[in-house]
Amino acid sequence: MQSKELLKSLSEANGISGYEASVRDLVRAGFMQYAEEFVTDTMGNAIAIKRGQRDAAYPQRSIMLAGHMDEIGLLVTKLEKGFLRFTTVGGFDLRVLLGQEVIVHGRQELPGIIGSRAPHVLSAEDRERIVPLDHLFVDVGLTEDELAQQVQVGDVVTLRRQFTELSGDLVSGKAFDDRAAVACIAEALKQLSKMKHSWDVYAVATVQEETGLKGAMTSAFGLTPDIGIAIDVGHGDMPGVSEADTVKVGGGPALGFGPNIHPLMYARLVQTAKADEIAYQIDPIPGASGTDAWAMQVARAGIPTALISIPLRYMHTTVETLAIKDIERIGRLLARFISSLDETFAEELGLSIPGQIP
Amino acid sequence: MKKLIQQLTEEFGPSGYEAPVRDLIKSLIVRHVDEVRVDAMGNLIARKKAVPQNGIASRRIMLAAHMDEIGVMISYIDDKAFLRFTPIGGVFPSTLLGSRVVFTDGSVGVIGREKPDHPDELPSISKMFIDVGAKDREHLTRKVGDPATFTRPFVDIGERLVAKAFDDRIGCAILIQSILNNTVSPHEVYYVFTVQEEVGLRGAVTSAYGVEPDVAIAVDITLTGDTPEAQPMAVALGAGPAIKVKDRGMLAHPAVKDWLVDTAKRLGIPYQLEVLEMGTTDAMAIQTSRAGVAAGVISIATRYAHTPSEMIDFADVQGAVSLIDGLLGAGLPF
Amino acid sequence: MSLRELSEAFGPSGNEAAVRQIVLERIRPFVDEYRIDSIGNLIALKRGTGQSSRKVMVAAHMDEVGLMIVQVDRGGYLRFRPIGGIDPRVLLAKKVLIGDQRIPGVIGVKPVHLLDSKARQQVMKVEDLSIDIGTMGEDDSGRAVKVGDYAVFDTHYEELGPASRTVKGKALDDRAGCAVLIELLRDRQAYDVYGVFTVQEEVGLRGARVAAYSIAPDAAFVLEGTICDDLPKDKDQSPTTKLGDGPAITVMDRSFIANQSLVQLLLRTAEQNGIPCQLKQPGLGGTDAGAIHLSREGVPSVAVAVPVRYLHSPVSLLSLDDLDNTIRLMRLALPEVSSLSLAH
Repeated sequence: MQSKELLKSLSEANGISGYEASVRDLVRAGFMQYAEEFVTDTMGNAIAIKRGQRDAAYPQRSIMLAGHMDEIGLLVTKLEKGFLRFTTVGGFDLRVLLGQEVIVHGRQELPGIIGSRAPHVLSAEDRERIVPLDHLFVDVGLTEDELAQQVQVGDVVTLRRQFTELSGDLVSGKAFDDRAAVACIAEALKQLSKMKHSWDVYAVATVQEETGLKGAMTSAFGLTPDIGIAIDVGHGDMPGVSEADTVKVGGGPALGFGPNIHPLMYARLVQTAKADEIAYQIDPIPGASGTDAWAMQVARAGIPTALISIPLRYMHTTVETLAIKDIERIGRLLARFISSLDETFAEELGLSIPGQIP
Repeated sequence: MKKLIQQLTEEFGPSGYEAPVRDLIKSLIVRHVDEVRVDAMGNLIARKKAVPQNGIASRRIMLAAHMDEIGVMISYIDDKAFLRFTPIGGVFPSTLLGSRVVFTDGSVGVIGREKPDHPDELPSISKMFIDVGAKDREHLTRKVGDPATFTRPFVDIGERLVAKAFDDRIGCAILIQSILNNTVSPHEVYYVFTVQEEVGLRGAVTSAYGVEPDVAIAVDITLTGDTPEAQPMAVALGAGPAIKVKDRGMLAHPAVKDWLVDTAKRLGIPYQLEVLEMGTTDAMAIQTSRAGVAAGVISIATRYAHTPSEMIDFADVQGAVSLIDGLLGAGLPF
Repeated sequence: MSLRELSEAFGPSGNEAAVRQIVLERIRPFVDEYRIDSIGNLIALKRGTGQSSRKVMVAAHMDEVGLMIVQVDRGGYLRFRPIGGIDPRVLLAKKVLIGDQRIPGVIGVKPVHLLDSKARQQVMKVEDLSIDIGTMGEDDSGRAVKVGDYAVFDTHYEELGPASRTVKGKALDDRAGCAVLIELLRDRQAYDVYGVFTVQEEVGLRGARVAAYSIAPDAAFVLEGTICDDLPKDKDQSPTTKLGDGPAITVMDRSFIANQSLVQLLLRTAEQNGIPCQLKQPGLGGTDAGAIHLSREGVPSVAVAVPVRYLHSPVSLLSLDDLDNTIRLMRLALPEVSSLSLAH
């Protein structure tokens, strides 16, 4: 499948943190075209394994690629006079919720609206105020009795948005954060299937990143890879935001640099990008990256970790926007990087020999 | 069981100083379990062996309730023997005025306040102090670093109970009652009485690592939406044990949540579903232990949480005990 | 002692190599083994005599707060963000060193003459500050400095009053702890001592966490430079710690509650040997102990600190007496750990 088609299907699937099952099915189909084994772990992480072909003289090595498949969403907290009160799962800007269409996953899937009062009835003061979470509600158009039959506290609410191709190479939709990374990993596996590589690849679509990097934390512990790369989205250039805080959409993979990133991993990614003439950008991160890389780096006794960001505008809204060619470039960069991995690099990183006490 | 609850709530045990609670619980359960140990953090870990049953896969289940309660610690002593203090856990300054605290040796102090800058100033902890009635520093036996908790007697008002530290001695009481009920289980069950939950789920972090469970259930309190002008929350006293869907720290594993719901339905135990917007429980820490644990929470609806007068409904407690007995007695659906 | 060299070394979180090199040169003659792990911790092993099977971890962090360059703007000025917790008010008109070449730069400020009275009262945001390295434009700056370069304050170490034995310098949090740990590794104990010079404490106790996991110690001591707030204030509810009153022992801070046996051991050792010591005001700050004590099934831990005034600023201050007393206290306390009961 082409990256664009895969991204479209992933984007339009529903899977908020903790409830990623239907996305996982798509991930599995996407990854398993090019991998041999598939595991779903306790937390629900989707793990595809593509084995490397190694010389028996060398130890078995592995790299973990992590992109999270959960999206931010809502949960019903209370049924109130035929309307639904809700809370957020993940970090929302409450301002973008007004007037959004949603799906309430009750007994059946119910289309709904996050209602906003007509401007006519608002005072000048009201209009200056952000509607607080406990004043927002979902209307599914049912009577109080019908609603009680269909929906209960704790039911999931997802935001609705069709994938849209904009002009040029840009596309827009929901949940590109971070299903675009899943598309990057699928692209990497695809390219890698035409190359030689000696290290095993754990392609992981992680869960619950938006609620605290939980899937990455547990899958990195469980898999214990030698090295890891997280792929996530990074703020793209847009009006009103300083260049110091953004990377360029369509400018190629943004390679994270800072305490969260092993300097030799970064250097090798740069070297690979240069050698293969893949456009790239530097993304300086002075502390917590807030991505799966932050959890992977400190799993067990520590894992040399890198972070690649997909430039993306309007993060955590339903109109996230990115360039398809950035996804393809990241897929290519990952594939080239993985096929270049060898025992010399393992030694440079100071990786222990499996079976020996570090 | 009310006697047990009273004993537990009236015991002294701020985070990090849970020894009196641990000793009490240990004495109550030691003859009814197969093994008891205390780990490096101070968690009390009791194990009951599995009794194999044909056709049922045996799993390792961890049940967790925390022994610690919120409190205060002396941070500074001034020349006139007034004690400044820092909170242990989430202490609401507004509940402190007029409160009394008790130290490890049973001695009591009252909380006083500096003159407010204006009449309706909200109290802040930095402008409060503890007065233990010492004439001067010479007569003071307290020192910096001494912990204290709030003191308030348990009251049984029929269906409803009032006490300090239902958070989470009520969870401890439920676990103890479950041990005493001696349900035969095909599963290996670890009853873990954790420490330092109120300061960051710390006991759960280390005990879950040590126990390495397949499935875990924390038993803790939750807030309610059933009081005047409360937060919009569909949890009420007396509506049965609450089965958590989400709180601020975690999403319950959907399979565990369903298992709890189905078991409650099967046994005809009233239950309610809970989405909590503030706070979290030990289950958050247990969930991400090692390579991940399927974790859920049974909550007891509690009004006025983190005040010295928390209120619960006794029927909810009994429902929680029955639910746990039902869970342990059968096979897991996942 | 090597406090001057340690203080002046370049080592913001994530780029501690220069500090690690200095430490390594000091300890190499008397430790039995050492390794550098994947995140950059220096883990040194001083083997025990074999009389005790315990493993004890003693940790001090090498990293300091600093800056990272995030953009070279069109005028050649460098935009930056803090690494670790820095009060933006201390940044104005300071000198910094940038990158592997240690390029000097200054954080410029609009002259007071050009500010209206309102602007003078406003705290400048980090986002609005920039570093001037004296170049002409973007290309010129781009040749000397690149995005992602680390920077630290450029501060000289200096001894102050001879009577008070005070010194000033940058990064005394936690190069003071590093200096103490270097000395402690000279002594052979009954048990194995893992001396760990950690990285990335200031961005979330990152190094200590992975080191503790790989060592799996039975007990841990964390050596720190801690808040000393014994300054003139309107109302003093606490100085946190006092300069000159000796090592400060943590009972409880925001990151952990110390193991009571270890606290008692330190207090008892101080009292028996006439070493001044103080309890740090509970409830403030956090250290590597926060990560270490939660490792695996839990590690009994305590923090011992040299009081440091003005930490996380370009220039901090400590008393060498406190430093010496911290070394003395730890030297006398460590041998007792082999027979200490750590059970609850």
